[in-house]
Amino acid sequence: MSARRIFARPARLAAVAPYLWMVLFFLVPFGFVLKISLSQTAIAQPPYTPVFDVTEGRQALTAALAQLSFDNFKLLVSDDLYILSYLRSLTVAVTSTLILLLIGYPIAYGMARLPQRWQGIAMMLVIVPFWTSFLIRIYAWINILQHDGLLNQILLTLHIVSAPVVWLSTDSAMYLGIVYSYLPFMILPLYATLSRMDASVLEAASDLGASPRQAFWLVTFPLSLPGVAAGALLCFIPIVGEFVIPDLLAGSNSLMIGQTLWLEFFTNKDWPVASAAAVALLLLLVPPLVLYDRLQRRQLEGGR
Amino acid sequence: MIGSAGESGLTSVTAGEASAEAAKPLPEPIVSDMPLLRIEGVAKSFGNFRAVDRLSLDIRAGEFFALLGPSGCGKTTLLRLLAGFEAPDEGRILLGGNDIAQVLPHERPVNMMFQNYALFPHLSVRDNIAFGLKRAGMARADIKTRVAEMVALVKLEGLERRKPDQLSGGQRQRVALARSLARRPQVLLLDEPLAALDKKLRESTQAELMELQRRLGMTFIIVTHDQEEAMTMAGRIGVMDAGRLVQVATPRNLYEAPATRWIAEFVGDINLFNGQVVGREHSRLAVATSDAGTLAVSELWPPVTKEIVSVAIRPEKVKLSRRAPASDEGASHMINRLEGVVVDVNYLGGITTYKVKLESGALVRSSMANTARLDVDAYLAGQRVVAWFTADDCLVLEQ
Repeated sequence: MSARRIFARPARLAAVAPYLWMVLFFLVPFGFVLKISLSQTAIAQPPYTPVFDVTEGRQALTAALAQLSFDNFKLLVSDDLYILSYLRSLTVAVTSTLILLLIGYPIAYGMARLPQRWQGIAMMLVIVPFWTSFLIRIYAWINILQHDGLLNQILLTLHIVSAPVVWLSTDSAMYLGIVYSYLPFMILPLYATLSRMDASVLEAASDLGASPRQAFWLVTFPLSLPGVAAGALLCFIPIVGEFVIPDLLAGSNSLMIGQTLWLEFFTNKDWPVASAAAVALLLLLVPPLVLYDRLQRRQLEGGR
Repeated sequence: MIGSAGESGLTSVTAGEASAEAAKPLPEPIVSDMPLLRIEGVAKSFGNFRAVDRLSLDIRAGEFFALLGPSGCGKTTLLRLLAGFEAPDEGRILLGGNDIAQVLPHERPVNMMFQNYALFPHLSVRDNIAFGLKRAGMARADIKTRVAEMVALVKLEGLERRKPDQLSGGQRQRVALARSLARRPQVLLLDEPLAALDKKLRESTQAELMELQRRLGMTFIIVTHDQEEAMTMAGRIGVMDAGRLVQVATPRNLYEAPATRWIAEFVGDINLFNGQVVGREHSRLAVATSDAGTLAVSELWPPVTKEIVSVAIRPEKVKLSRRAPASDEGASHMINRLEGVVVDVNYLGGITTYKVKLESGALVRSSMANTARLDVDAYLAGQRVVAWFTADDCLVLEQ
């Protein structure tokens, strides 16, 4: 009895740790952002009012609370700059995720079918580019894509084009950058699912008269859906909030929400609106997360 | 005049049938008196390892055939060659007279029940069973009927909507069986189908499988490492070792007349005494053994050609008694007597096994049925006994 209690204590601590982490590094900061999003911008330090000061007593706190309003959120809905940014973010994220899936799935499938000793090498090849700084890799792409860059030089030398093509500051360049940067996040969960798949299930399919193509679509693909969901989510969510890649590679005529946020925060010094935009983005990302959680739970229940 | 017209008409009909059949992937057998499945000099290597070594075997239609052997003997590889998951390096596999050695698994009229069942985890019981039928392009209504029939056959009524992970091990086994039977294959291959079940369930399932096979009149080929399972279910057993078939026989012949010393030791328990043939009279051999003196052994056909042999006797044919039974030199039941001390007694319920230490130090195993509840004949460790057996119960095997 007492022995069990001794062992239970560290176990309970271990169970609490992730919650503690969530509270400290997500909920508390989120509380700050939420509070700022309900404040008004001001020429002050910090650049918004009201500012809570616990030393001024309860009365002052209540007065400050009364000043909070949803005006910033109303602004987000009324100004189409924000709505368009959100829409563009979603479009870019959906499109990129689809492209990633189309490229990543065959690669992961191929990796999973390699002989065992080659699989580790293939995995390394996918991960190794990550050893270089992300920014350096994006700047390298700028180098390749610019007017007198590597790509245009090759195309001109091969006489595929007669004049340099504008690559940089286009949506194509942005998609290229996004797909390039996020591909491992798509490949790895897919590879994990596909390589774990029981080969005898595929043999059973072929034994029961399924051609290789039918076996893929009727067995392999449905069974890899958890990997597809994980990969898609792992790419989709950060891409929605992506700031660096569109800022460096895309044109400036339409902004993603990350760029709009940056503008509001640093250029306009409008912390409250920027915070409101961030809160709204978070709310936007909740539905896919809930969906994923439900899928995963079903998978876990299935596994029991 | 009329006769010749009839004849020519007949010929043209036959030719028409033949050409129509040639278009099908698997035409009807040309030679009718062939076995359903003929394996001819089939070999398969993985790297330097010869998994199946120029093996030939005939299996008749409606047979329940067991491939028995220790792990790594090539029995599963042979089954996979039959299913089409592996292609043989050489040799032919004739199913109904047609070589299917290079036919892809999804085009073979053969189905397999996998050791781990390999059910589709994302499909319900019903869809698992219907999978093969849909691939065969069966009409929807027919699929429904057939699935219902299969579900009833394996007694899974009411579980059609369940997913495999909502079923018990025994139920999953049934789904796998129903799924592999649904297409009514010419040959059903079963890879250790009962290995994952507990003992009680395994025994009842063995009986059900046999009943099912008889009722459907289908050809079953089962792979197992469990000799009791093979003996219970199969009409014939093929014992494999190192990629070769060492003996193909009925369970009784395999046990009572094993072809080699290896089989004698592999199938069931056996006492072995190495020795030399010192006398031969009619069909009776006298073998001088180092451990048990000179033993009288009845010789089977074909006669032993070598002088150095082993005398083998199954434990249940070795009887124990306090005094030696009366000898009857002239009778065919010539008796071998070995004196010794009981060193080990194991009461197993139905039988009791004894180990008797001879003066030479060799151990003789004996097992006797406990036919009386209050057994007055039970022997105790330390007791002096005579272990005896007749010449007819002995086997003489080349070493």
